[in-house]
Amino acid sequence: MAEYYSSFERKGTRWLLQRITAAFLVIVLAYHFMLLHFVNHAAEITFAGTQARMSQVSYFATMVLFLITATFHGVNGVYNALINQGLDGTQRTVVKWVLVVASVLLIVQGIRVAIAMTTIF
Amino acid sequence: MSQSYDRGLVEDFGRWQEFSAGMWAWVLHKFTGWVLIGYLFTHIAVLSTATVSGEVYTETIQGLESLLVVRFLEVGLLGVAVFHIINGVRLLFVDLGVGLENQDKAFYAALIATAAITVASIPTFLMGAF
Repeated sequence: MAEYYSSFERKGTRWLLQRITAAFLVIVLAYHFMLLHFVNHAAEITFAGTQARMSQVSYFATMVLFLITATFHGVNGVYNALINQGLDGTQRTVVKWVLVVASVLLIVQGIRVAIAMTTIF
Repeated sequence: MSQSYDRGLVEDFGRWQEFSAGMWAWVLHKFTGWVLIGYLFTHIAVLSTATVSGEVYTETIQGLESLLVVRFLEVGLLGVAVFHIINGVRLLFVDLGVGLENQDKAFYAALIATAAITVASIPTFLMGAF
């Protein structure tokens, strides 16, 4: 068996989810940059244009999934980095819950924003 | 079973002259990751102006885009994102056990591709900024 030079523990749901979200984000983040910087220039973004895009069900769903996966991948990455730095014990538990709360707040606010941008509902 | 790679203390950044390709890849992936998650929170905060009104949203984005420093920061953000994406793909292959012998070459290729894409995007990002 090949040796794995990873600082992550090769077990558990978080390890797998970090890789699954990575594969998804590679595609969607590149698409997001292409669409909003090269197809539509950032300086020309208007609420009307944003609303037109966000009112397509598939685009809206992709962006909400993008928000959720990016939040998980980023915050889990921060948690892994801190554990790698030696975070443990009570501090680790406190940091974990601070990150969980921050993630939930970000996702809730992001969905509020997405709903404000769409005419689907 | 996994085996952890004894990379020494990368955290001791004073050792940077001794760093191997793998250590630079580790440092850059961490750095770009921190920037991207920091940006995600900022991004949602800016987009939250859409919950006030469409006019406030449009004015906020166009106001920010009129600042030259924002255009340069966006080029930096693109570079950070492109590196994290390309190096991330490399890491997914490593996790799959593919190309383990060529990790260093793949890292150098990731750096070159990041530089090329970032430089090529500068005209688009700075368009109309002057």
